[in-house]
Amino acid sequence: MGLGLGVMRTIEFLLLIIAILSAPVLSDLILSKVERRIDLTSQIARIASTIKAENDGSSSVSEILLSIPEVQAKNLAYLTAKLVEGKGKAKTSGVALAVEPANPKGMPPALSFYTMILPKPLANGDSVTLDVLAAFTHSLRPFPEKITQADIQLVVFQDTAHYLSPYPVKVQSLTLKLPDARIESYTKLENTKGLGSEIKYGPYENLPPFSYSPVAIHFEANQAFAVARELVREIEISHWGNVQVTEHYDIVHGGAMSKGEFSRLDYQSKPQIRGASAFKHLVAKLPPRAHSIYYRDAIGNISTSHVRGDSKKTEILIEPRYPLFGGWKTAFTIGYGLPLQDFVFESEGKRFLNFSFGSPMHDLVTDSITLKVVLPEGSKYLSVSTPFVVQQEEEVYYQFNALAMLMEPFMLITGIFFLFVTCIIYVHVDLSISKSSASYLAKLQWDDVRATVQQIQNTVNQCLSTHEKLEASLRDLSRTGDVQACKAARKATDGLLKELSKELKPLISFLQSSPPAAHILPKVEELVAKERELQERLMAKHSTIVDSYEKKLGGRETENRVASVQQKIVALRQDIEDLMEYIDEI
Amino acid sequence: MASPESAVNGPTMTAGAASKSLRNAFGGVIAFIILVLIGVLAFSIRLFSVIKYESVIHEFDPYFNYRVTQFLSKNGIYDFWNWFDDRTWYPLGRVIGGTVYPGLTLTAGTIWKVVNSLNIPLSVETVCVFTAPIFSAFASWAAYLLTKEVKGPGAGLTAAALLAMVPSYISRSVAGSYDNEAVAIFALVFTFYLYIKTLNTGSLFYATLNALAYFYMVCSWGGYTFIINLIPMHVLLCIVTGRYSSRLYIAYAPLVVLGTLLASLVPVVGFNAVLTSEHFASFLVFIIIHVVALAYYIKGILSPKMFKVAVTLVVSVGLAVCCAVIAILIAVVASSPTKGWSGRSLTLLDPTYASKYIPIIASVSEHQPPTWPSYFMDINVLAFLVPAGIIACFMPLTDSSSFVILYIVTSVYFSGVMVRLMLVLAPAACILSGIALSEAFNVLTRSIKFQLPGIAGNPSIAVRMWRIMSTSKENGSSTVVAPNDIPKTEEAAKEKPAKKNRKKEKENVEKKPTPSKTEKRLLVLPLEASVIAVLLLVLLGAFYVVHCVWAAAEAYSAPSIVLTSHSNDGGLHVFDDFREAYSWLSHNTDVDDKVASWWDYGYQTTAMANRTVLVDNNTWNNTHIATVGTAMSSPEKQAWEIFHSLDVKYVLVVFGGVVGYPSDDINKFLWMVRIGGGVFPHIKEPDYLRDGQYRIDAQATPTMLNCLMYKLSYFRFVETDGKGFDRVRRTEIGKKHFKLTHFEEVFTTHHWMVRIYKLKPQRNRIRGKTKKSKSSRSVSSKRDVRGKRNPWH
Repeated sequence: MGLGLGVMRTIEFLLLIIAILSAPVLSDLILSKVERRIDLTSQIARIASTIKAENDGSSSVSEILLSIPEVQAKNLAYLTAKLVEGKGKAKTSGVALAVEPANPKGMPPALSFYTMILPKPLANGDSVTLDVLAAFTHSLRPFPEKITQADIQLVVFQDTAHYLSPYPVKVQSLTLKLPDARIESYTKLENTKGLGSEIKYGPYENLPPFSYSPVAIHFEANQAFAVARELVREIEISHWGNVQVTEHYDIVHGGAMSKGEFSRLDYQSKPQIRGASAFKHLVAKLPPRAHSIYYRDAIGNISTSHVRGDSKKTEILIEPRYPLFGGWKTAFTIGYGLPLQDFVFESEGKRFLNFSFGSPMHDLVTDSITLKVVLPEGSKYLSVSTPFVVQQEEEVYYQFNALAMLMEPFMLITGIFFLFVTCIIYVHVDLSISKSSASYLAKLQWDDVRATVQQIQNTVNQCLSTHEKLEASLRDLSRTGDVQACKAARKATDGLLKELSKELKPLISFLQSSPPAAHILPKVEELVAKERELQERLMAKHSTIVDSYEKKLGGRETENRVASVQQKIVALRQDIEDLMEYIDEI
Repeated sequence: MASPESAVNGPTMTAGAASKSLRNAFGGVIAFIILVLIGVLAFSIRLFSVIKYESVIHEFDPYFNYRVTQFLSKNGIYDFWNWFDDRTWYPLGRVIGGTVYPGLTLTAGTIWKVVNSLNIPLSVETVCVFTAPIFSAFASWAAYLLTKEVKGPGAGLTAAALLAMVPSYISRSVAGSYDNEAVAIFALVFTFYLYIKTLNTGSLFYATLNALAYFYMVCSWGGYTFIINLIPMHVLLCIVTGRYSSRLYIAYAPLVVLGTLLASLVPVVGFNAVLTSEHFASFLVFIIIHVVALAYYIKGILSPKMFKVAVTLVVSVGLAVCCAVIAILIAVVASSPTKGWSGRSLTLLDPTYASKYIPIIASVSEHQPPTWPSYFMDINVLAFLVPAGIIACFMPLTDSSSFVILYIVTSVYFSGVMVRLMLVLAPAACILSGIALSEAFNVLTRSIKFQLPGIAGNPSIAVRMWRIMSTSKENGSSTVVAPNDIPKTEEAAKEKPAKKNRKKEKENVEKKPTPSKTEKRLLVLPLEASVIAVLLLVLLGAFYVVHCVWAAAEAYSAPSIVLTSHSNDGGLHVFDDFREAYSWLSHNTDVDDKVASWWDYGYQTTAMANRTVLVDNNTWNNTHIATVGTAMSSPEKQAWEIFHSLDVKYVLVVFGGVVGYPSDDINKFLWMVRIGGGVFPHIKEPDYLRDGQYRIDAQATPTMLNCLMYKLSYFRFVETDGKGFDRVRRTEIGKKHFKLTHFEEVFTTHHWMVRIYKLKPQRNRIRGKTKKSKSSRSVSSKRDVRGKRNPWH
């Protein structure tokens, strides 16, 4: 009540000022017909006015003024005007007019003015019809200001029944469309009609400039009063084919403040009655082909959301973590990717991003919005066009070289390349500081020793495979009985083995002379000795078998004769293998 | 006689020589690739939580670590050391910088900084979520290094693969489980590796690295005391078994000196590094090793006879001195009430200690002893492989393998005391199982390789094969040498070759231990047995893998702040009540409001709701927790007074009765009573029990039915279904209809899991009679009504 009175007082004060300062009429324009329709079904008051203006004076008029009381003007969110062409049913709204704030002289101070610039001046006696659409936020004030969970939410809307204009108005009327619910009260003037959820004031005729007749409508409004106190939108362009949009919302329920308890029980059992003023969800209309949509807040993903999509739009239904009652707040982030070719275009060597400026949320009032556009590295010559009062699109122009998008992968590749190059260099470069230090020399010597040991091992391996050849010749013998071939093989291997043992000698002597090999030397010598022994045994076995073949001895007898040698050979082979493994490990 | 197998054609000379070096080179490359894959496996098996749920911090403690990391990344290291946190332990506050193990936080903070300086815009949360999986990959590599030092690269790879997916470790290191253990296990294994490496090489370089690794471990986790007790034990073991060497000295002495100096640099440890009993063992062994070193030195310069004299002299004097020192030590230690040991350590030494004296330690579920099934759940088949691994470590017993044995034995004991320490057991179990598996495969594949005809890798194998075949007299295939036997034996061989072979080979092994009696000979097993054993081992491994993946996917990936359940039609139902409540608190209460809840939810409340709490999961002040416990167990009015005196504005309770969430406050309530009663004797546990039973139905005691916790949990609960049926306790509640006089419900989450109440303001004191106040109230309400009806006349 107190606040209501306050507002009334403001309005009275305003009237006083208007009465005192009633300035002379600007031009000879008169408004022959004004029809206003105010839509109050959502939290945004949308005022659509059809104005017919006539030039009654002598000079032509190129501008028409619109006046809005300052208390309302600060809530003005949107204002457009269009020229209406044709008559009667064939009316079509045509050219959009430029609307600019104006500050004409000699006008009452509590009013804000906007001028509509006509495409061609209005000559004497001509008339023009305009469609003016204005939207106001925060113009529905909750009353009472604090309600409990069970109360319904009532709001007050105030306006003037007479069209506030610097021009005289001949005929006018006002229609208010309210939500389909209870109407608590409304100001009754002459010619007031209430028809269901519609209230009609007028028609009123022949009113002077700056006529003002306050009306207040008090009615139930339970729709979502979602207000984004702050919205940060980030649009990031990647020329790899994606436009990533991230939107950070800071939402508050802007309706009547909730007081007292919140009972989940009541809310769950009768959500329509015991939670009438709360809103559960928001709907965002995203562009078609939106993908990778996410919805989260500072502490993680929020699982209550649904996405529906068709070829014209993607609709996402977002439920905050908890239902929002009056005054409750929440914050969240939504993000989505869009195909690049839908939003970034190229013309005359320049690329431009064409993107809607505001929030994609339905029925959301945004108090403050920050838009960030992140262009790829290497973009130049930026320019922005944001005629966003008139059209809800903004355009960002920039130049971008397509090669620049290869920069980052190239950086990565170079980085990895250099990493490998450094590795290669590190492995191949001798980093020891002193070339004459003991440890360095020892290392060099040790390398030599290792190389030598490797050579010895190779040689021994060769010996072993030569032995294998010998064994193979024995097998051939047992199959074919060709003693001569066997003997030839024996000769060949003999020669080979001799050469190999010659090769071994200098290697062994090198090892003996180098001190770091001291601990490995006995093993190596043992290896060589065992190998020689093995050779001898093998030769013995070979000659025995060949011998027995020549003497045509039986298989079993031969076997008996060889058995003991054979055992030795196996044992030796095992030993050699063990030794080799041991040396390998060193 | 001569081997008749046509297949055995020895490879050419060059191939034989070259293949060996090539094999070594390729072995290195393959081992490297396997290690990389193991790292990938360790990382990716921990991502189930992100895929199934979301990239979010889990549970309780990780939220605190996350909050600290956020602070660190925002304010820098110096502010971090000096951080006095006034949002917790109201009105006491907590010095975070001095009471937290900073290793994890600094690690994640460093990663974040490095990544951001490279222009990769990762959030702190993302870095925190993925720190644990990254470090489990590191831990597997460390396990490879350690096992390689003990038993060679084969065992190392096996152990690394096992550790990469051991469920026990997964349970603490899934993506989002941002806790100290995540990096500490890596630090633990790596420290052990460096110790073994030093012990094997005797290099001071590794000894220094070892001290640094130990420092990192001290930074990361209170479990560092395990290292500083285990290594001295091992050193002592080596000395006692006569394995003292200069390498042992180099491995141990620098670690104690440098390690202790470094450890005392960590604020949370500080002088504890020299003052508490946990560290005494290391100093004692430090003295002993010096005495032993001196003895060896003297032994070296004296003749044996002189040495004997010296020994008797020194021992008699030394004993006297030792007795005196020990007596002083005992006196000093005994003068402190806990004998110089911290509560948790005492719990380890005496498993019944906690339940007797410190209910707050006993109340934590992860401090309970584990059950048998939890061993199977957490280390699965490793439990059976470990004994085999221990046996493998005994042949031959080296310094390093004795360390591994000591490690497993102690960790088995500790895991038996506290579930949480199963985590320390896991790496040990993996290492030993890795050794066991690797040795088993080694033996079995070698047996197969020797006996399988058709595969002749190199001459030596051919020789062995030949030997085995030729030793059997009636070998069916020795055709040429025994021509008489040809028809018979060949037919026999054709008829039942496999069976016969098997029999013969068995005979070979049993009857004739081969001529050259090396160890390897003994390990040759029959072919079929080996093949079957290999298959069984592979099957065992497969079972382990399946179990691990299941555990990672189903058992251990739930973040516990989000619960899900499957509805009958297969849909997924998400219970996100905790975050709902925290989000509500953070957006709809004043920044400086104090929220009272049981300590479990302290970390989450400060991290997610950013509100001041009375107590949290860092249970350093028992009295303060007891105060909250007392308030929860008191009737409404007393509770209100306690809370009001602590400036509490909201009280948060967790209640699972609607959806059947078992770990709610009513189930924890007895601990509140116990902890509260431990400090405030007017709270008596028997008052809340009917005949020793904890119940909330009509049989419950009046004290129980009137305490704050009961009332806040069940306020208006009966109206949900008309009966008040509690789905957790599976019973109807005792007191159904009641009103709250000092608290009002301000928020309850969707599934009623979290309920938040506000303390009602003190009622205005009205002079005179109550009548008057009534009438005045009615007047005011009338005025309200009038005012409401028509503000516009």
